[in-house]
Amino acid sequence: MRHIVSLLMENEAGALSRVAGLFSARGYNIESLTVAPTEDPTLSRMTIVTSGSDDVIEQIIKQLNKLIDVVKVLDLNDGRFIERELMLVKVKATGTFREEMKRMCDIFRGRIIDVADGAFTIELTGSGHKLDAFIEGLDKTAILETVRTGASGIGRGDRILKV
Amino acid sequence: MAETTHPDQMTGAEIVIRCLEQEKVKFVFGYPGGAVLHIYDAIYKQDHFKHILVRHEQAAVHAADAFSRATGEVGVALVTSGPGATNAITGIATAYMDSIPLVVISGQVPVPAIGLDAFQEVDMVGVTRPCVKHNFLVKDVKDIAVTIKKAFHIAKTGRPGPVVVDIPKDITAHLAKFSYPESIEMRSYSPVIKGHSGQIKKAIKLLLEAKRPMVYTGGGLVLGDAAESLTKLVRALGVPVTNTLMGLGGYPSTDKQFLGMLGMHGTYEANMAMQDCDVLLAVGARFDDRVIGNPSHFYSKDRTIIHVDIDPSSISKRVKVHVPIVGDVKSVLQEMNELVEAEKPAQSPALKAWWAQIESWRSKLCLTFDNSNGLIKPQDVIQKLWEVTKGDAYVTSDVGQHQMWAAQYYKFDKPRRWINSGGLGTMGVGLPYAMGCQFADPKAQVACVTGEGSIQMNIQELSTCKQYHLPIKVILLNNRYLGMVRQWQEFFYENRYSESYMDSLPDFVKLAESYGHVGMNIEKPQDVEGALTEAFAMKDRFVFMNFITDQKENVFPMIEAGKGLSQMILANDIGAEDL
Repeated sequence: MRHIVSLLMENEAGALSRVAGLFSARGYNIESLTVAPTEDPTLSRMTIVTSGSDDVIEQIIKQLNKLIDVVKVLDLNDGRFIERELMLVKVKATGTFREEMKRMCDIFRGRIIDVADGAFTIELTGSGHKLDAFIEGLDKTAILETVRTGASGIGRGDRILKV
Repeated sequence: MAETTHPDQMTGAEIVIRCLEQEKVKFVFGYPGGAVLHIYDAIYKQDHFKHILVRHEQAAVHAADAFSRATGEVGVALVTSGPGATNAITGIATAYMDSIPLVVISGQVPVPAIGLDAFQEVDMVGVTRPCVKHNFLVKDVKDIAVTIKKAFHIAKTGRPGPVVVDIPKDITAHLAKFSYPESIEMRSYSPVIKGHSGQIKKAIKLLLEAKRPMVYTGGGLVLGDAAESLTKLVRALGVPVTNTLMGLGGYPSTDKQFLGMLGMHGTYEANMAMQDCDVLLAVGARFDDRVIGNPSHFYSKDRTIIHVDIDPSSISKRVKVHVPIVGDVKSVLQEMNELVEAEKPAQSPALKAWWAQIESWRSKLCLTFDNSNGLIKPQDVIQKLWEVTKGDAYVTSDVGQHQMWAAQYYKFDKPRRWINSGGLGTMGVGLPYAMGCQFADPKAQVACVTGEGSIQMNIQELSTCKQYHLPIKVILLNNRYLGMVRQWQEFFYENRYSESYMDSLPDFVKLAESYGHVGMNIEKPQDVEGALTEAFAMKDRFVFMNFITDQKENVFPMIEAGKGLSQMILANDIGAEDL
C-alpha cells in the first residue's frame, strides 16, 4: 500500500543521503522524496512517498527513527491528511493548441506562468492523481517538458509534527 | 605544526588527545599517515593512553573491537585518510554487524582539498555510511570536542555500534580553546532504557503458565551485561535456555539447564526445543537466518514470542513477535526477576514433561564424534583446549568450520570470553581479536582458534604480537582446506572442490619462529593434550600451534540454508525427527 511518511531531521550536511541510503540499502521503494528547511532553520522536513506491506512500512518507520539525525517520524496514513504536489508543464501553444491549453489549464485550476511564441508553461498543484489526470487529458504530442516536485503532506486538524 | 601561542588555546590534534583522555581511553589502535601526522605528534607528547601500532589498519579496528568485546568499554582506532580509511572498513562493518561500540578517528585531506581528488582522499563519511551507527566530518576546530563527545555517547548507548569521526588535516593544526562537555543532549537521539511494565508483567504471566517454555538469548544480552540477571531468571523459572553464536557465555554452558548453541550448527536439543516450545522468551537476539532458518518453517508451529531488545527495529523484523518489550535487557530482566521472586514458582507437571522430552533429545548426544581413525580431530583439540585452560580462557576465532567447533566444544561459563565475528563473518579477525583481548586482560590466557585460510588473512600481525610481547596461543586447525566451503561443496556441489584447497602453505613453525615466537607442529592425536599443556605453560610466550587435522571432518549438526530448525543433518545420521 502507498504510504506518505513525514519526518523532521537535523538540517545537517549528509542527512538526506542517510535517508536515501537507508532506502536503497534495505531495498525499500521510494516513489518520491522531497525536502526543505522548516521555519526553524536547524530542522528540515522531508516527505517520502513509499509503498509496501504493513510489515515493511513498520520497518521503514523504525529504521528511519533509528537514524541519528532523524528527530521525528510520522506515517501520515495513520490518520487524516492532505497531500499536495506541484507540477510545471511546458506545452505547445501553436494554432488550435493555444486555446485548448488555456481551457485545460482553467478546468484543472492551473495557471499559465510563462508565455512564449509557441509555448505555455502551466503551473498546477494538487494530489498526485490530479496531476496524473491533467497529463492524461493533454494531447501527448503537445507536451514539451514536465517537472514534478513529489508530494508534500500534512496531517489534518490537530495532527501536528513538531519538535 | 602550528604552535600553541595563547595559553588557553591548543591545536585540534591536542584537543583530540584531550578528548580521549577525558573518555578515559586506555588504548588506541592505529597506524600513522600523512593526514594524521599532527595527531601522531600530539600522541608522542602525551602519556594518558598507549598507542598500539598494528601492521594493517583492518587489524587496528579488529583489535579495538575485541578490546571492547572483552571489557565493555568503547574501543578506539586511529587511521589516516584514503587507503588507511578504506582498510579500516572491514573492521568497522564487522563491529557494526555485531553492535560493538567503537570510535574510529580517520584523517582527511585538508578542507580546501576536499572534493578535488587530492592525494589519499576518500569520502570516508560516504563510504562508511552503510556500516556505522553514525559518522561525522569535522570542519571546524571548535567542533572537535563536542563531536568526539557525541561519538562516544552514540557508540555506547542504546544499541551500541561504531562511530566514525573524520577530521581533515588542517583542522588538527588550527587553534581553539578546549572544553569538554560533561554530558550531551541530542533531541534526535534518546534510547529507551526502561521496558514497559505492563508488557513485562504479561511476559512473566505467560512464562509461568507455559507448558513448554524456552529462553533464547543473543549478543545483546552479553553487550547489555545482563548475564547474571538472566541466569537468575532462568534458574528461578526452571526453564531450558539456549544461546546464539554471539550470545555464548550469556548463560553458563556447563549448567544442566543449558541446551547448547542453537541455529545452523546448533545442538539437536536446542533446535528441537526452539521449534517445539509454546512460549519463547528472546532476549537481545534477532531471529536471523543462521539462527531460526526458514521463517515459514518456524511458523509451522504455534508459539507465543516475547522479545526483549533495546532496538525497536529488531522486533518483528524477521519473525512476528507477540509481546515486544523495548528496553535495556538488564533493566528488563531485573524487573522480571522481582516479579518471579514474588511468585516463587514450583515446577509444574507440564514443565516436568517438557524436560523429559528435552532429555530424550539430549540423549542423542549430537556432538559425539568418531575419534578412532588415528588423525587429529578438530573437536578433540577444542575439548582439550577447554580442559587445559580450565574453561577460563578468552577464545577468539576466525570464520569457518573451526569457528563452529570452538563454539560447540568450548564450554563458556562467562560472558565476554568468546570473541568472534558472528554477523559479518569476517575471516582474519582471530589474531587481531586475540591482541585486543590480551591488551584488555594482560594476564589472561588468550587462545586464537583459527584455520589455515583465515590466519593468513591477517598474518602480518605476528609482528605486532612480537613488538608488544603478547603471549597469545594460536590454535591452528590445519586441514589444508577452506573447510566450510569444502563441506558445502561436498554436500551441495557433488564434491566439486572448486578453489577450496589450501596449497603452498608456509611452514607455520618457521614463520612463527622468524618473528621470534614459538612454533609447534602437532600431528598425532595422542600429542594434542601434552602440546596444549606445554604451550599454555609458556606464560610469557606467543605460541603458534599447527594442528594437522582430519581433512574430511564436517561440522554437525547442520541445517541447510533455507531449511527449518528441526530439519537437521546429524553426524552419521543419528535418526532425526522432523516436528
